[in-house]
Amino acid sequence: MKHHVVLVTLACSGLLGACGNGAGDSQYGASPELPKPDPQLLPTMQIARPAPWGDRQPLVPEGYRITAIATGLAIPRQTLVLPNGDILVSEGKGGHAPKLTPKDVIAARIKAKGTSPVKGGNRLTLLRDADGDGEYEVKTTFAENLDAPYGMALVGNKLHVANQDALVSFDYQEGQLNASGSPVTLTELPSELNHHWTKALTASADGLFLYVGIGSNSNITERGMTAEADRARVWQVDSRTGAHRTYATGLRNPTALAMRPGTGELWAVINERDELGANLVPDYLTSVREGGFYGWPYSYWGRNVDERVMPQDPEKVASAITPDYALGSHVAPLGLAFSVPAMGAQFADGVFVGEHGSWNRGVPAGYKVVFIPFQDGRPAGDPVDFVTGFQVEGLTHGRPVGVTVDPRGALIVADDLSNTIWRVTPVATAASPPAGAVEN
Amino acid sequence: MQRPLHPLHIVLLAGTIPLFLGVLLADFAYFKTFEVQWKNFSSWLIVGGLVFCGLALLWALIDLVRIGWRVRTQSTYFLLLLAIWVLGFINALVHAGDAWASMPTALVLSAIVAVLVLAATGLGLFNSRVRGTV
Repeated sequence: MKHHVVLVTLACSGLLGACGNGAGDSQYGASPELPKPDPQLLPTMQIARPAPWGDRQPLVPEGYRITAIATGLAIPRQTLVLPNGDILVSEGKGGHAPKLTPKDVIAARIKAKGTSPVKGGNRLTLLRDADGDGEYEVKTTFAENLDAPYGMALVGNKLHVANQDALVSFDYQEGQLNASGSPVTLTELPSELNHHWTKALTASADGLFLYVGIGSNSNITERGMTAEADRARVWQVDSRTGAHRTYATGLRNPTALAMRPGTGELWAVINERDELGANLVPDYLTSVREGGFYGWPYSYWGRNVDERVMPQDPEKVASAITPDYALGSHVAPLGLAFSVPAMGAQFADGVFVGEHGSWNRGVPAGYKVVFIPFQDGRPAGDPVDFVTGFQVEGLTHGRPVGVTVDPRGALIVADDLSNTIWRVTPVATAASPPAGAVEN
Repeated sequence: MQRPLHPLHIVLLAGTIPLFLGVLLADFAYFKTFEVQWKNFSSWLIVGGLVFCGLALLWALIDLVRIGWRVRTQSTYFLLLLAIWVLGFINALVHAGDAWASMPTALVLSAIVAVLVLAATGLGLFNSRVRGTV
């Protein structure tokens, strides 16, 4: 009988051996340090403990002010600033992947604790500040009965909305408070299972093409490769006909897309794979090359093979593009917006990234909005905290999702935990006017 | 003194065989084919095996408390069940690793557990038979 005891002890120590959490919390930039994979027998889970804001507010840099311009929403995800300054908010909760394993059942229950219990609105809410005092006194439902709407883009008088299962279009006239009718379906989108259901959307500058981000149907192919048909990629859709083609692949979960102003360059933030350790794999910001393959599922950060994928594909790995800029592991970027000079000198050239925050990490990461400075059209320098204070003393008051720059000089941040829309503006002072105020 | 196993105890014990054997076969199928559905099967079979084995383990513990540790076959039987349950639980965690992350550890553990299950069941039934004829 002693043998059995020894056997059990050996098995335990062998399997439980690698349990440490590496430090290395600054994993930013073009060539991040990638530790060896450190899979845990029990994946490290640090789930956000939601708490109301109370008297607190998110923190912004000196010279900026933050206000809640809408509360009581039903899971706001992304926002769109319309030409007249109105703000559209997409609200919803998607995904209908069945729970196939004991893990699915247990993990879903645990992760749900870190999110809002409110039912997704499946609608677009319009916010209006008619007198320009920074208070959005109008809050009305622009359209409802949508299916987990997420990405939005306005092209001319067409408002395109990416539901979790289809790209739909509304006719839009400036100043409209409500949609004039039901939307027309431009094209169906891959929606089977919808493990990663968010459909990010942006339009080319000339409005001819729409780009749709379609996430993978698993963390790392655990639902089988057939479930990944047409997933983990960006589609290019003809905005008039709805015809589509694949623009880039291997992008595990492209949760936000944006065109770099004045160019035809598509940029994206990508949520990378979990359960390889606290410091793998960095989520990233990258320009998306037409026809490019970015690794998922076979490899990460270029050609680092992920051995959890069988059969492997060395040819695909050899062709994998290394992304432009690491944002850090598990930060969960869900928002992306290019800045404008009106945001102030320090934040004039670069992108804002909304980081929803981690679960698969002992020390939480993300839970803030950062600014990545650009130089000559490329990311240059470390991220700068722009909106923080979402997580204080172990309690989580909010989780940032979509970020949008109002060209008049404001950052709009959707918060899907406190169901709030935040607006950050530079405070104009006589001593130091925001750089963009003069020139714009 | 030993006592024969209660018929319900025997059902629980013998039930672990098809469950953990199923785990081994499904793991082997996944190992050979990369078809992830086999892994889903084995993940649930482990849960079933842990339930049956857990109840049998509890029963064996109660018997042990009543009869005492000194009866060698009885305590061996209990420790076998304990080893099966602990290894089976670890195997469940290993199976929770996404896709091929579970391999080849899962297959090795499943094989060890299957052998232990056969041994425990054999021992348990052998004891019952011996007791029944005395």
